[in-house]
Amino acid sequence: MTVGRALGAGLLAALVLQPLIPLGGYRQYVLHVAIQVFIWSFIGSAWSLMGRFGLVSLGHGAFLGMGAYTSVLLWNFFGVSPWLGTLAGVAAAVGIAVVIGIPCFRYQVIGHYFGLVTLAVGEVIRLLIIAERDWTAGSLGLTLKAAGGDSLWALQYANKQVFYYASLAVLLAGLWVWHRLDRSMLRSALEAIGEDETAAASVGIRVTRLKLGVTVLSAALTALGGSLYAQYISYVNPDTLSGIGVSLKIVFAVVLGGMYSLLGPLVGTALTTALAEGLRIAFGLKFLGMADTIYGFLLVVFIIFLPSGIYGSLREAFRRRASPPAPAPAVPAKTTA
Amino acid sequence: MDPIFLVEAAINGILLGGVLALLALGLNLIFGVLDVVWIAYVDLVMLCMYAVYFVVTVWGWPFWVGAVAALALGALLGVSVHVLIISPILTSAPINQLLATGGLLFFLQSFATFLWTTDHRSVRLTLPSWEVAGIFLPATRLIPFGISILAVIGLYLFLTRTYIGTAIRAVSQDREAMALMGADPRRVYLVTSAVGGLMAGLAGTLLIFQYAVHPFFGGQFGPLTFMICVLGGLGNMVGAFVASFIMSEVIAVGGVVFSTEMGYVIAFVIFIVMMFVRPGGILTKRS
Repeated sequence: MTVGRALGAGLLAALVLQPLIPLGGYRQYVLHVAIQVFIWSFIGSAWSLMGRFGLVSLGHGAFLGMGAYTSVLLWNFFGVSPWLGTLAGVAAAVGIAVVIGIPCFRYQVIGHYFGLVTLAVGEVIRLLIIAERDWTAGSLGLTLKAAGGDSLWALQYANKQVFYYASLAVLLAGLWVWHRLDRSMLRSALEAIGEDETAAASVGIRVTRLKLGVTVLSAALTALGGSLYAQYISYVNPDTLSGIGVSLKIVFAVVLGGMYSLLGPLVGTALTTALAEGLRIAFGLKFLGMADTIYGFLLVVFIIFLPSGIYGSLREAFRRRASPPAPAPAVPAKTTA
Repeated sequence: MDPIFLVEAAINGILLGGVLALLALGLNLIFGVLDVVWIAYVDLVMLCMYAVYFVVTVWGWPFWVGAVAALALGALLGVSVHVLIISPILTSAPINQLLATGGLLFFLQSFATFLWTTDHRSVRLTLPSWEVAGIFLPATRLIPFGISILAVIGLYLFLTRTYIGTAIRAVSQDREAMALMGADPRRVYLVTSAVGGLMAGLAGTLLIFQYAVHPFFGGQFGPLTFMICVLGGLGNMVGAFVASFIMSEVIAVGGVVFSTEMGYVIAFVIFIVMMFVRPGGILTKRS
């Protein structure tokens, strides 16, 4: 993978040295798109920490909304710095993860039952945000109170470069966490749990504890991503930050890119964002819904024909070419679409 | 609070429960037989509602033509979803089927937005309304309730009295054994999907009596429908029927006592707790 490493290093250098790249008048727009991709792929890799081990959560919107709303509400009503607000949001998300996780894992709620329970949790948080409209302004959403100029205390900057580097750093940290887990013994244990819980428990793996640990980690990172996103957009809305819609969007971007590989969530998010932006620029608002139509269609095709995602499948193909005595792929890839 | 409001809410809950039961039974049939969750089920219902709207309001045909069109479309959609999406991945991880039908949900929602915009469209029906002891009973709620109860009975008779219905129940109990008995599971799957789609068409026809259709209609009833199925127990028809009325009562009465959102919150929390206490459904005992 030396070619891959070199490519990765080159890409990272280009991302870090972005102010040196001539972009003319498009810089603000490119930065905006890049920040969105960074934050959402960070959230996607947080999700895939669980998803790749068969813990498919359809309710990550709960954690996202918790992180975003906690920090925004604390700032707007009490003037608490988002630095502390984010911590509080992460703590709240971890609280939800523990309250839901312990009974789920103890009673072995797995597969689509787990998906449906988490989906219900995501909806409950969305509905609670709407119901508490005295605080949260309900479905109208809430605007972050302006601090009046740039402020490190309020984490508000007019300059997009600040958020660009902050979200890039957060994304790299997220990828590092993913990588660390991928290289640890815990990964094998979690994979064993994903295959067969009873068998895993019989060889001495602490099933409930490990599943809870990875859920808490995933929830905490997702809440952090939600809080960062809220600071950047400076507006929160229950329908875009919690509930079934955003929860499924997180899942699908990851599935499209590939949930079993480090860069899968990044590739998936970049592709879906590029598709949405490209169609918006090409057709304007005349073709409202067309981007998501193509996106939905691609998802179905991908799950049927390329279940390990675009990046995952490409990587498998390269690996197979690099090492001739290839192990049989888990799922036979078909070429007709 | 005036108790008459509670009584009215309770009656509305029962009437809503009838339609929810129809939605849940169609999905539960597929769920029980194929062990696949069609996340996009209520979006198929949404398409059938559009069919009724176009046939009746736009093209001016009588209502029964719209109903027949919706039923035919529903069955066709059911078969297409099975043949195009589910059958190629029937043997892969269950979560892939969930995600594939989730992709279909995105596709249908946004394609409907693209074709018909996000406007709310309704079929205007002039039907009478009765007042009994201060409680309004509109025909737009009573008729769908009556028809869906009849449809539920019809489905029950189909599953218990016909040969293919018995085969469907047999597959839902043991897939492998059924194949060993010489029955063709593929045919059973196809019939199940068609019947499930037909139920979606009927649900669409009945829902348009009271609700306006829009591309995001599925989000309004979708999560609730899956929860009713799971709450009732996978593939358990009687359980789903009972669960529909429990959920609809909680939503209707909770909506009046607290707020609409809190009604749903209570219903969802009941679902989550029941998943831990009675994972096999409300009618089973914990083993």
